Amino acid sequence: MTTGPAGALYSLRAVTKSYAGRAVLDLAALEIERGEALALVGPSGAGKSTLLRLLNFLEPPSAGELRFRGQPVAAEPPLDLLRRVTTVFQRPVLLQQSVRDNVAYGLKLRGLAVDGRVDAALEQVGLQALARQPAHKLSGGEMQRAALARALVLEPEVLLLDEPTANLDPYNVGLIERIVSDQNRARGTTVVMVTHNVFQARRLATRVGLLLGGQLVELAPTDLFFEAPRDPRTAAFVRGEMVY
Amino acid sequence: MDVLPQLLPIILLSLSVSGVALAIATLIGLPLGALLALRPVPGKRFWELLIYTGMGLPPVVVGLFVYLLLSRSGPLGWLGWLFTAPAMITAQVIIALPMVAGLALTAVEGLDPSLRLQLRALGASPNQVMWTLLGEARSGVLSAIVAAFGSIISEVGAVMLVGGNIEGQTRVLTTAIVLETRQGEFGLALALGTVLLTLTFIINYWLVRAGQRRETAAWRAEARPGR
Ligand SMILES: Nc1ncnc2c1ncn2[C@@H]1O[C@H](COP(=O)(O)OP(=O)(O)OP(=O)(O)O)[C@@H](O)[C@H]1O
Ligand SMILES: [Mg+2]
Repeated sequence: MTTGPAGALYSLRAVTKSYAGRAVLDLAALEIERGEALALVGPSGAGKSTLLRLLNFLEPPSAGELRFRGQPVAAEPPLDLLRRVTTVFQRPVLLQQSVRDNVAYGLKLRGLAVDGRVDAALEQVGLQALARQPAHKLSGGEMQRAALARALVLEPEVLLLDEPTANLDPYNVGLIERIVSDQNRARGTTVVMVTHNVFQARRLATRVGLLLGGQLVELAPTDLFFEAPRDPRTAAFVRGEMVY
Repeated sequence: MDVLPQLLPIILLSLSVSGVALAIATLIGLPLGALLALRPVPGKRFWELLIYTGMGLPPVVVGLFVYLLLSRSGPLGWLGWLFTAPAMITAQVIIALPMVAGLALTAVEGLDPSLRLQLRALGASPNQVMWTLLGEARSGVLSAIVAAFGSIISEVGAVMLVGGNIEGQTRVLTTAIVLETRQGEFGLALALGTVLLTLTFIINYWLVRAGQRRETAAWRAEARPGR
């Protein structure tokens, strides 16, 4: 595969997404670099989850161009492209199987051996002791970690996280943040995460983008985003004011 | 005891006709139901309505339809199936198929709508998504199979019409019961009825057990030491 001129992993040009004629996403331009940790912030309904679905090739844009590694992505992406990226959803749904089988699921789909990788992923999220438990008996934090493990075991090129720590206690938040940070910094996985927690964005992200009404208001390196926002709406958001 | 040699072929034929019909209906019905639940099929509402109507089809009407299809002057008359086991299987497939498809459709539609997208994100092909979802809906899928089996093993209208209740060839439990009752052989008819009930009970028990085993297989595989 060739790379784009700037070498960006993702390159979006005039991408829009509409449902029943209503535009919920309208991005003039967005480039996501290899190995970066991009945090997406913004109020409810801003289109954050929708953008993640596009980045995982689960839905095609309504208009515009989405490129991955310089190549335009087809509306029905081939399976090998789909399998380079994975998402931990806002509300993960686990299969009614053991925790271990849930983590092994993606490997089985790929016809790969269910080997030490599953145990390694379970250990990474601290769930090895619960491996044999039925997944639906897990607590909220454990479920979120199991969902993270079933994504990590795939060693994705891109890891998309949709509010991975919403409604979790500080222990689980810390644990998940460490894993994500390790995955990004030590293993070089490109991470795009949606978060409502500006502190989390500060801790984990290399760049932060603010989505408002489907538009990217500002996208800047983390320090600049928080210390010297250019857009007044970003400034208001950073101060914790409601922005709509 | 002297009735046993007479009874055994009837029991075996009942089981094999309904067993084969159930297998065919399941193999077609499960993907069909899942497909309707998952894909934006054109005319989806119409197909759903057709399936739900089919679930209530009177077997005797199905029998009539298959009879006309297979009769010598019918479009499929050249097969020479009328009054043979394949004719009975055909009729029972038509009875069982909408039940399997309809109940599988309902079961899959009852799953969390986000699950499908999450499986895709884990790298599942459309086919893999379908089979995973059918597995997740397994209790509904199992009741579909049990209900379909119950209705075809016990139906009499269709097998009577297209099978003809020919002794040693197309006589099954239900048609034998009709015959014995008509001839006043109530004892034998009751015995046959008891056999039918017992068989149905055993098979349903076995189907439900098989479903439970599938559910616990995951834990037992996990319990096995080593890899
Ligand atoms: N499949 C869909 N069909 C119709 N409308 C949709 C669909 N998905 C999202 N929307 C709409 O698109 C808009 C953006 O939704 P999205 O889930 O992307 O927001 P979000 O930024 O993730 O919000 P939240 O923080 O609440 O999760 C919302 O108004 C939502 O109702
Ligand atoms: Mg969202």
